[in-house]
Amino acid sequence: MENGNNGQDFLRAENVVKRFGAVEVLKGVDMHVKKGEVLGLIGDNGAGKSTLLKTITGFHRPDGGRLLIEGREVNLRSVSQARSLGIQTVYQDLALVNELSVFHNMFLNGELTVGPFLNNRKMKEKTARYLEDMGVRIPSIDTEVARLSGGQRQAIAVARAVYSDAKMLLLDEPLAAMGAKEGALILDLIQRLKEERGIPMILIVHNYAQVFDVCDRVNLLRNGRIEYDKPVAETSVEELTELVVAEYRKARARNPGDGQA
Amino acid sequence: MSETTAQDKTGPKEAGIGGRLLGVLVRVREVSVLIVAVGLVAYFQAANPAFLSESNILSLARFAVPYVVIASALCLLLICGELDLSVGQSFAFAPIVMYLAYDRFFLVLPLAVIAGLLAVALVGLVNGVITVYLGVSSLITTLGMFFLLAGLNVILTGGFPATTPDTNTLTQILGEYSWAGTIWALVIVAVLQLVLSRTRWGLHTYATGGNPLGSREAGVGVSRIKIGNFIMCATLGGFVGIIESFRINSIDPLAGGPDIVLLCIASAVIGGTALLGGIGTVTGAFLGALVLVILRNGFTLQGIDSDTFNVVLGVAILVAMVLNVYIARLRGAGRA
Repeated sequence: MENGNNGQDFLRAENVVKRFGAVEVLKGVDMHVKKGEVLGLIGDNGAGKSTLLKTITGFHRPDGGRLLIEGREVNLRSVSQARSLGIQTVYQDLALVNELSVFHNMFLNGELTVGPFLNNRKMKEKTARYLEDMGVRIPSIDTEVARLSGGQRQAIAVARAVYSDAKMLLLDEPLAAMGAKEGALILDLIQRLKEERGIPMILIVHNYAQVFDVCDRVNLLRNGRIEYDKPVAETSVEELTELVVAEYRKARARNPGDGQA
Repeated sequence: MSETTAQDKTGPKEAGIGGRLLGVLVRVREVSVLIVAVGLVAYFQAANPAFLSESNILSLARFAVPYVVIASALCLLLICGELDLSVGQSFAFAPIVMYLAYDRFFLVLPLAVIAGLLAVALVGLVNGVITVYLGVSSLITTLGMFFLLAGLNVILTGGFPATTPDTNTLTQILGEYSWAGTIWALVIVAVLQLVLSRTRWGLHTYATGGNPLGSREAGVGVSRIKIGNFIMCATLGGFVGIIESFRINSIDPLAGGPDIVLLCIASAVIGGTALLGGIGTVTGAFLGALVLVILRNGFTLQGIDSDTFNVVLGVAILVAMVLNVYIARLRGAGRA
């Protein structure tokens, strides 16, 4: 049991359970991500994908099961603790503060300081460098985030996770608010991180074609469990679509006319 | 500096100007309140040369102390998205606890002062814990605390004002010396502004008020920030209450009526603090408090009654709020 595949896993979730009141969202998730691997996580709306991600990132505390990082069991109490282990997350809502500048958002909760004071100069320098590196254009890093486009905001959220010495990245629909060009930019970045730095990732995606662009393996979360686990090379967009739609068809066949719910 | 100019070249100019415009508007708020303050001073001086006399300046400065300190402390709490209606009662409560510790329990004065401060820090902690962990709106939590302390203040003193302990160096420092309160107030304002704009605590205070969920996702200790600011606000309110009691050599159980907290909230709002959090500066709250104090003092010198003051105050708050909404809309425009 302990460390089943010779230390190849960066992250391993065993029988993870998460309840909200009487609702059991995760009913025993078994999942693993190998070092250097990009895992695509799919599933219908409300399947619990975001909940699973937030459990791995220390935002939710699991009600059962265990998490292992590089073979060692961890008991995550906070997001900060997960971050100190190198787990960085891009949330669906991006977790940006509109009232703060681009560079303050970039370093939110990872601020650079001199003694008790913020080192704004250094944070600005680094932010400018990161964004240039990513090829992201922002009018000014002093701008409040409220004034940026959806894609620019997404890029900042991704950059924040990427450039914080991440050992693992969790991305919840990283391409959701992006135009085609900005989306390609983020996909490129993910590809580069994978190839150059070998950072393991979990990607939540709704557009299955994107799974095939960057992912090595795909997992389907359904009924609170991982019900499907295949290398991308052995599946297809049609199969994945069919998998998600099949459940709906089955339900509809049982209760005709109930389908619109 | 250089990296900013480098960035300017990479993006469209309009958005940069928009961002700067917003920054300017926030600055403009502080500057416009400052201009109003200077204008009022000029007007009252023209109307009555006694306004800028040494004695009136001193009385103005001394009168302003509690308002300036409480408005600045409330400012941080408002920015992180919470409110403390009980801070005026903490203002009355701290000197009462200090007095009881000194007079009934025979503690030496420094320890009695610390006892007073601990008592109000506890008040802030209770406000914070009930609000953050039990999910009660701070409006309600601190309204309850307001009445609780109002009653306690009268019960503990038997309803009669008490005299402060005899003069010594400490009592001089804590408010008896003419300019002691003013110096304390200026130091507190400067430190709070520094904390707000130059430290992680300040940045996280803005983040907590601006996007509580997002801040939590980013790992910001939202609960810690809120509870900490509740404690800070109550403690500074109590501290300035102790200073005020030494200034007037009297501990008044009724000093914490609704007037003081409402005026301080008004000061912060006039100074540009958003009641829903995320926006504001201590400097703005400080200037807002100054305007109200100058207005009240000037009216008194001119023999204008407090009802007229209330009308002017009401108009000032409404204008300030309309301005806030306007700025918020301008922000929203950039989000589309």
